Amino acid sequence: MSDNHQNNYLTYPKGIMSWLLTLDHKRIGLMYLFGGMFFFFLAGAIALIMRYVLATPEADFITNDQYNSMYTLHGAIMIFLFIIPAIPGALGNILLPLMLGARDVAFPRLNLFSFYLYSLGAVFVIYTILAGGVDTGWTFYTPYSTTSTTNVIPMTLGIFIIGFSSILTGLNFIATIHKMRIKGLTWYKLPLFVWALYGTSLVQITATPVIAITMVLLILERLLGIGIFDPALGGDPVLFQHFFWFYSHPAVYIMILPAFGIISEIIPVHSRKKVWGYKFIAYSTLSIAFIGFLVWGHHMFTSGQSVFSQIVFSFITYFVGIPTGIKIFSWMLTMYRGQVSFTPPMLYALSFLFLFTIGGLTGIFLGAVALDIHLHDTYFVVAHFHYVMQGGTIVAFLGGLHHWWPKSFGTMYNQTIANICAIGVFIGFNGTFFPQFLLGLRGMPRRYATYDNLGSEALVEQYAATHSYSTFWSGILGLAIFISVVNLLWSLRKNNKLDPGTNPWGALTMEWTHTTSPPHPHNFEEEPVLTHGPYDYDKVLVKPTLKRK
Amino acid sequence: MDRLTAYLFPEQVSTFAQDIDNLFYFIFYASIALLAIVTFGMIYLAIKYRFKKNDEVRLTSSIDHNSILESSFVIIPLILVSITFVWGIKSYLNMVTVPNDAIEMKITGQSWYWTWDYPDGGPSNVFSTAEPLVLPVNTPIKIVLSSTDVLHSFYIPVMRAKMDVLPNRYNVMWFDAEKVGEYSIFCTEYCGTQHSQMSGTVKIVPIKVYEKWLTEAGSEDDDLPLDELGAKLYTNKACITCHTLDGSALVGPSYLQTSQMWGQERVFDDGNSATIDDNYIRNSILEPQSQIVAGYQGVMPTYQGVLNDRELDALIAFLKTLKEDSEI
Repeated sequence: MSDNHQNNYLTYPKGIMSWLLTLDHKRIGLMYLFGGMFFFFLAGAIALIMRYVLATPEADFITNDQYNSMYTLHGAIMIFLFIIPAIPGALGNILLPLMLGARDVAFPRLNLFSFYLYSLGAVFVIYTILAGGVDTGWTFYTPYSTTSTTNVIPMTLGIFIIGFSSILTGLNFIATIHKMRIKGLTWYKLPLFVWALYGTSLVQITATPVIAITMVLLILERLLGIGIFDPALGGDPVLFQHFFWFYSHPAVYIMILPAFGIISEIIPVHSRKKVWGYKFIAYSTLSIAFIGFLVWGHHMFTSGQSVFSQIVFSFITYFVGIPTGIKIFSWMLTMYRGQVSFTPPMLYALSFLFLFTIGGLTGIFLGAVALDIHLHDTYFVVAHFHYVMQGGTIVAFLGGLHHWWPKSFGTMYNQTIANICAIGVFIGFNGTFFPQFLLGLRGMPRRYATYDNLGSEALVEQYAATHSYSTFWSGILGLAIFISVVNLLWSLRKNNKLDPGTNPWGALTMEWTHTTSPPHPHNFEEEPVLTHGPYDYDKVLVKPTLKRK
Repeated sequence: MDRLTAYLFPEQVSTFAQDIDNLFYFIFYASIALLAIVTFGMIYLAIKYRFKKNDEVRLTSSIDHNSILESSFVIIPLILVSITFVWGIKSYLNMVTVPNDAIEMKITGQSWYWTWDYPDGGPSNVFSTAEPLVLPVNTPIKIVLSSTDVLHSFYIPVMRAKMDVLPNRYNVMWFDAEKVGEYSIFCTEYCGTQHSQMSGTVKIVPIKVYEKWLTEAGSEDDDLPLDELGAKLYTNKACITCHTLDGSALVGPSYLQTSQMWGQERVFDDGNSATIDDNYIRNSILEPQSQIVAGYQGVMPTYQGVLNDRELDALIAFLKTLKEDSEI
C-alpha cells in the first residue's frame, strides 16, 4: 500500500470547496460528525447549567422562563440535531458503503443535499436560541404552543426541515443496501450494523413525514388561526398528542436501533468471536421497528383516552420488550468462548449492556398502566429515557466513535485515557440519573424550574438532597465525556499517523479487511471481492496490528 | 418492606395505593433478577474468556446458538410481562371504576392555580392559593377536571392518582383517602412560567369536621373592611402568582407600579392607552385580554363570575392603599 496522499480521502482532493461540495460519503459523514458533536456539547452545556440550578429548590440565577427555555432547547437539540442524525448521518454514512463494498451511497448528490438540509434546519435552531429561545418543551404540546409568545415558529420550522434530511438519508440508505452490495454479499452475510441502519431507515421514511405534517399544522394554526389543535379555535389538543407521538415513539427507535447496530459490531470484534444468534438479532431489529409504530398511546396514559385504548397500548408495549431482551442476551453470550479484550470500545459496549438493560426494564414499570399513572411526567420518566438515550445511544455512539476512529482518521488515541474516561462516563452517568428514579417514585414532577413551593417543607428537603447528589455526579459525567473527546481530537496531531494497513482490533468486516485506514477516496483501490463473512472468527485469523508510520 | 416503602414512596393514603406499590415491587424484584443475570453473566463471561497477556490470537469457537437457551429468553420474559400486564390492567380498572356513592367535586385548572367547587351547599370558586382542598376521610371522591386555558395535570402523589386537565373536555379521577392529614398536589403537565408554582394541598379530615366546614366556609369575609378584604383576596385569588407588591415585574405588572401611576396614562400593546382609574382596574380584572399592558404577555384569565362586586371593590381599594404605604 503506497503512501501517496491521493490514497487518503482526508487529504485528496484538497481545498475548502472540495469539502463543501464533496459527494464522498465519508466526508459528508465527517461533516455530520462535527456538526453533531457541536450540538452535543451545546445541549450538554445547557444540561449542566440546569443541573446546577436544580441542586437547590430555588431558581438560583436564572428566571423560570429561562429555565423553561433551557430544558426545551436541551431536549430539542439533543434529539433533532444530535442523536437522530449522529449515528446514521455520521457513522452510517462513513461505514455503510465500506461495509457493502460499494464506492459510495446510491445517491451521492442527494446525500450532500441531506446534509445541507440538516445545516439549514440547524440555522433555524441557532436563530431560535439567539432570538431568546422557545419554552414549550420539545413536545410542543398545544394549546400552550399555539399561545406561547416565544419563538415556536422558527424552532418547528427547523425541525420540519431537518425531518426532510432524515427522510432522504433513510431513502438513500435503503436504496444503497438493496442495490449496492458486492457480488455474493447476501442479506445474511451483511454486518448487523447494516441491518440496524436498514431498520432505522424504514422507520425514518415512514414516520418522519408525520412530524413534518404536524409541525406544518402547528405553524398554520399560529400564523393563520386555523383551528386544528387549539380548542379556542375549535381544535383538539389531544389530537396533537396522537400526531406527535405517532412520530416520536418510532423516533425512539430511530435513535436506539443504530446503537444496537454498533454494539452488534463492537462485541464480536473485541471478543474475537462469532456473533451469537445472528438471525435473531437481525429480525429483532425489524420487529422492533414494526412494533414501535403501534405503541404511541403509552405516552398518553393520563390524557384521558378510553380504557380500551389504554389496555391495548399497554399490551402492545410489552411486545417491544421481548425482541429487545433477545438482543441483550445474544450480545452477552457472544463473549462465550471468545477472547475478550478490554479496549475502550468494549468498555463502552459493556457499559451499554448494563445501562440499556436498566433503561429497558424501567420501561416495563411505565408500561403497566396503573403504575404509570403515578410515575407519568415525573423524574422517573426522565431517568428512564436518559438510561435509554444517553446510557444506550450516546454510550454506544462513543463506543462506535472509539472503534472506528482509527478507520476514519488513521490515528490512534491514548487507549488508557480512553478507558479511564469510559469508566468515568459509566460512574458519572449512574450517579446522575439513578437518583432521579428515586425522585420520580417520590413524586417529583419533571419540567419544574423550582421546587421550593410544594406545600411541604419535608418534601422540599427530601427532593433537594437527591437533586444535589445528581448534580454532583453530572459534573463528573460532563468532565469524562469532555476529556474523552479531547483525547480523540488530540490523536489528530502531526506525526501521529498509523500505517495505512493497520487493523488495530483484528476486525473482519470489510471496512477493515479490504481497504486502508483512512480509506482511499474511492473506498477500495481495486474492486473488492468477498472473501469471508463479517463474523468468521472461527474460520479466518486476522491478528490485530497497531503500527505507526 | 414497610421501611423500604417509606423510603421509596410517598405515604400510602388512597385505597389503591398499596396495590400499586405492590405491583411496583413485583416488577422491581423481577427486574433485579434479570439485571443480575445480565450483569453477572456479562462479568463472568468477560473475565473467564478474557484475552490474557501470554495468549496467542487464535480461531475461536463457532458456537452461536442454543435452542433451549434461546427459547428461555423468550418464554421467561413473556411470563413475567404477562403477569405485569394483567396486574397493571386489573389495578387500573379499579382506578377508573368510580363507586356510585362518591361525592362529586369540580376542579378547574388555570395558569397557575386550581379552583375547588364543592357539591351542593358547599363553597364554590375556592382558590388553591387560599384554602386547601378539604375532603372527608373514608369516602370515595369523584373529581371532574377541566381547564380554562392550556393543559394541566392534577396529581396527588400520596393517592397515586393523576389525570390530565384539558380545556375542551372533562376528565374524571377518583380516590378514597384512608388517612387524615395534609398532602401536596402538583401540576405535572407543563403550563408555562409558573408551572412549578402551581401546587396546592389536600386536607383530609374526619367526616364530621368536613360537614361542619361545608356549612361555615366563606362566611367570615362579610365583616372585613374593603382594603383588608382586598389584601386577603390578593393572596387567596392567586393575584400574587403574577403581580408583585414591590414594584418588580413578574408575569404581569406590579400592583405597586399601577398604584403609583394612578391617574396617569397606561399604554397597551395594541397602541391604545387608558387612564388608570377604578374603571380601568375593574375592566382589567373582568376582561384582561381587552387591554394588555405593553411589554407583557396576555395570559391572565378572566375573573368574571369568580369575584362578586364587593370583592372587586375590595381589590381596587387594596390597590389604592399600596401607593400610600410606599410613601411612608
